[in-house]
Amino acid sequence: MHLELRGVTKRFGSLVANRNINLNVEPGTIHCLLGENGAGKSTLMNVLFGLLHPDEGEILIDGKPVVINNSGEAVRMGIGMVHQHFMLVPVFTVAENVVLGFEPTRAGFLNHAEADASIRKASEQYGLAVDPHAVVEELSVGLQQRVEILKALNHNAELLILDEPTAVLTPQEIEGLFEIMRNLKAAGKSILFITHKLKEVKAVADMITVIRLGEVVGEATPDMTEQELASMMVGRDVNLTVTKAPKVPGEPMLSVRDLVVLDDRGLPVVNGVSLDVHAGEIVALAGVQGNGQTEFVEALTGLRPALRGTVTLNGHDITNHSPRQILNAGLGHVPEDRQADGLVLSMSVQDNLVLNTPRVAPFARRGTRNLKSVRANAEERVRDFDIRTTSVDAPTSSLSGGNQQKVIVARELSRPLSLLIAAQPTRGLDVGSIEYVHKRIVQERDENRAVLIVSSELDEVLALGDRVAVMFHGQITGIVDPSVGREIIGLLMTGSQISDDSTVTVPANATTTTSSENPSEDPS
Amino acid sequence: MTDQATNVAAASSEAPAAPRRSRIRRAWDWYLEGHPVIVTGLAIFLGLVIGGIVIILTTPSVLHAWSNFFSDPWNAIKVSFDSVGAAYRAMFTGSIVDPSAFWHAVTTGQGWTGGSSVLTPMSETLTYATPLVIASIGVGIGFQTGVFNIGANGQAIMGGILGTYVGSMIHVPMAIHLPLTLLAGILGGILAGLIPGFLKAYTGAHEVIVTIMLNYVIVYFLTFVLLSTALEAPGSADGVSRTLDTSAQLPAIFGASSGLRVNYGLVVAIVVVIFAKWFLERSTMGFDFRVTGANPRAARTAGINNKLILILCFVVSGGLAGLAGVTQVSGVNHYIDTNFLVGSAGIGFTAITVSLLGQNKPIGIVWGSLLFAALSVGGRQMQAQTGIPYDLATVIQAVVVLLVASPVLIKEVFRLRGAKTSGIQLATKGWSS
Ligand SMILES: Nc1ncnc2c1ncn2[C@@H]1O[C@H](COP(=O)(O)OP(=O)(O)OP(=O)(O)O)[C@@H](O)[C@H]1O
Ligand SMILES: [Mg+2]
Repeated sequence: MHLELRGVTKRFGSLVANRNINLNVEPGTIHCLLGENGAGKSTLMNVLFGLLHPDEGEILIDGKPVVINNSGEAVRMGIGMVHQHFMLVPVFTVAENVVLGFEPTRAGFLNHAEADASIRKASEQYGLAVDPHAVVEELSVGLQQRVEILKALNHNAELLILDEPTAVLTPQEIEGLFEIMRNLKAAGKSILFITHKLKEVKAVADMITVIRLGEVVGEATPDMTEQELASMMVGRDVNLTVTKAPKVPGEPMLSVRDLVVLDDRGLPVVNGVSLDVHAGEIVALAGVQGNGQTEFVEALTGLRPALRGTVTLNGHDITNHSPRQILNAGLGHVPEDRQADGLVLSMSVQDNLVLNTPRVAPFARRGTRNLKSVRANAEERVRDFDIRTTSVDAPTSSLSGGNQQKVIVARELSRPLSLLIAAQPTRGLDVGSIEYVHKRIVQERDENRAVLIVSSELDEVLALGDRVAVMFHGQITGIVDPSVGREIIGLLMTGSQISDDSTVTVPANATTTTSSENPSEDPS
Repeated sequence: MTDQATNVAAASSEAPAAPRRSRIRRAWDWYLEGHPVIVTGLAIFLGLVIGGIVIILTTPSVLHAWSNFFSDPWNAIKVSFDSVGAAYRAMFTGSIVDPSAFWHAVTTGQGWTGGSSVLTPMSETLTYATPLVIASIGVGIGFQTGVFNIGANGQAIMGGILGTYVGSMIHVPMAIHLPLTLLAGILGGILAGLIPGFLKAYTGAHEVIVTIMLNYVIVYFLTFVLLSTALEAPGSADGVSRTLDTSAQLPAIFGASSGLRVNYGLVVAIVVVIFAKWFLERSTMGFDFRVTGANPRAARTAGINNKLILILCFVVSGGLAGLAGVTQVSGVNHYIDTNFLVGSAGIGFTAITVSLLGQNKPIGIVWGSLLFAALSVGGRQMQAQTGIPYDLATVIQAVVVLLVASPVLIKEVFRLRGAKTSGIQLATKGWSS
């Protein structure tokens, strides 16, 4: 399918989210949209998918102008979309989710056989293996994504929109997704792909369109460097590496000893973890997702009981204390799932900026909130953290994904902390914002806070961490200096052990380069 | 970063190059945007239209005229309009004011007080609305917290029972007695509310089931206290309670001799509205309530104790329901019997509808209560004057609620662009938890 957008403009009140956008998507290509948080990418895709109506401009499919009134019509025209935030019914099976809205029926009942068959066919054709009878909420994020793609493809989609599909995937899952995308491309389908990770753009894109502040600023090709792409996107030079002065860490701020935590099914997912985070130090917790990092953080923040072991913060035992007590003890927490745990989407930006401090002066006095100071605080944060919003009264749901994340980061970094725990702090952020958030995290460290970063991005782990702790199957397989290099950390992530004399039991060819560069590493 | 920020400001402040619109055009736009007030207004209008059709379809004389439509079409239309007009006129004059009588009273200075005062319709409507506002605000605060308190009626009955105990069996001066009676009512509601509150917080039992069942339990408990305890009026055999001491009664605002039943319960209701507005919009506890209602997981992460909020919510919601019950006893009935708030008098049930109608917000609830009260009071007048059954008022109430709850329908009928209803969606969200 050949898709063309001509002069598409979309306004939200006085904010122009898309201005006079022209876009050409050739059949059988992967077309990448690149742009900052709030640049208007999702908005444009929603226009294309019939969820929003353009104020001006037209959409042409195979040269013919079309009007897309709703997503049902978009699907019938051969457009499929995987949204930035998943839209599956958690308690339904894969098959039920895929056919939802377009159910094949027999005598008024859902025709399960037909639904299953169509899923099997698509699975085989594009290498999208997933069990049609599995219940969605029990699937990993990567598999849920596949379900979303299956759902989008189910109606013979010729154009597939993927809005930041890789933000929540592990590197392996991302590779799997790219494989699927290449299969689809080979089958002649067009893909509109949105991501903030320039590496991915370079890996799969055929064409790149860069959007800034709602306008197309130019076309790019995948052979441009990341630095070039980044500058084009943000409109200034971006520092893609973290600058961090060496610093001698202070006393241990967070001490975890032999922590055991159970998951929802009652199985130990954190199994005897001990870890110290010192004041003025960033410890990055690396690991493939699902190795207990989520539950570990939940136990530290009081959201999940610890079965055994102790957690001490600044000398005080906080094991199994309530989230409130732990927050009061000086914890800042950027949760992994921003929409579920970090924000109240229906409430305003200013309320979300004081979500966990509504009672703190000057935001309230004797039980009455001081709305003036709440607003003043919000205006300051919006300016400091460059949160793109029409106003501080706007519901947080109206912000772009990346700007929602900035609201959380701004909230957590703007009160006195002794420990900052940030899970996937830059997930979904553009390169410019990542630069800023990283700078702020380093600044926290420089001001002698203890920082624990949980990230599945190896780049982020290496760039930020003063020390890197690797988690595998609920245990810490090693605590190393980031300069040991990717290979060793990658091996630790797959369960290789590190021995006491600071050598890692790995094949010689993998270590030669790194160990020659860093002959004297202290892994503890 | 700062240069980006200025960029954004430049891009967003530059308004679309639209020509200056006239005031009429802007009003029309406002209409098309589907402001909740507009949606509700149109819903009421449509409700009245549908009510009119029902009148035409169910009144024998009108139907008879229509059967002769071909011989005398004008008569059929005229009879229809007359009949619907008479019904709605009766409803209006019966619930708000009779304009001609009002003019008469203004010019002659007579008819302000007494049994058939021109103020009687308004007084009746306000009397009916008073406990309804209080109970609905309780339910609305629950909804905003994600709690479905279907048990407001039971809690109101408990409030009535405890209030009647204190009001009729203790004898102290009014300055102590009246507040004590009201407090007893609040306490009754809280006690009844704490049962589902604790059950939900500590066992996960769904509050909808528990409160519905408790409503039955409390109705039988009412019969029990009226037949088997000292609350029963001495010498009565049919389950009527003792009468509240005068010192425990909310006095009529215009004095007992005015014949107007509107009482100081109205002041209680106004205080409740002001309290609720402050509580929901300005208080830190109300903030925690709303956060919990909108996203319980984020609330927990932000350090809010969900269990505590749940129980507190039942305290507030149940307490207000109890206050509604005791206001009814102390301001209007002055005693309770086995029919107290049972059946069509169940303000606790009406409160659920009114709260939804008012989008769970205090001011919206005030308007919703006044509408429901006017329709009920006026409906009775309509039945008395025109013979059209009172149930028609219920039909109109139902249609209005249905339409307000489904703005998409209104949007389609009146071709509005973006009808929004945050309140109802918010309220209907919590079922799955
Ligand atoms: N419903 C809405 N009402 C008002 N403003 C909106 C609405 N939806 C989006 N916006 C605004 O439009 C702009 C573009 O948002 P959009 O979601 O398209 O950004 P994006 O490019 O997808 O960003 P991200 O990479 O962070 O997902 C943002 O400034 C956002 O706040
Ligand atoms: Mg987006």
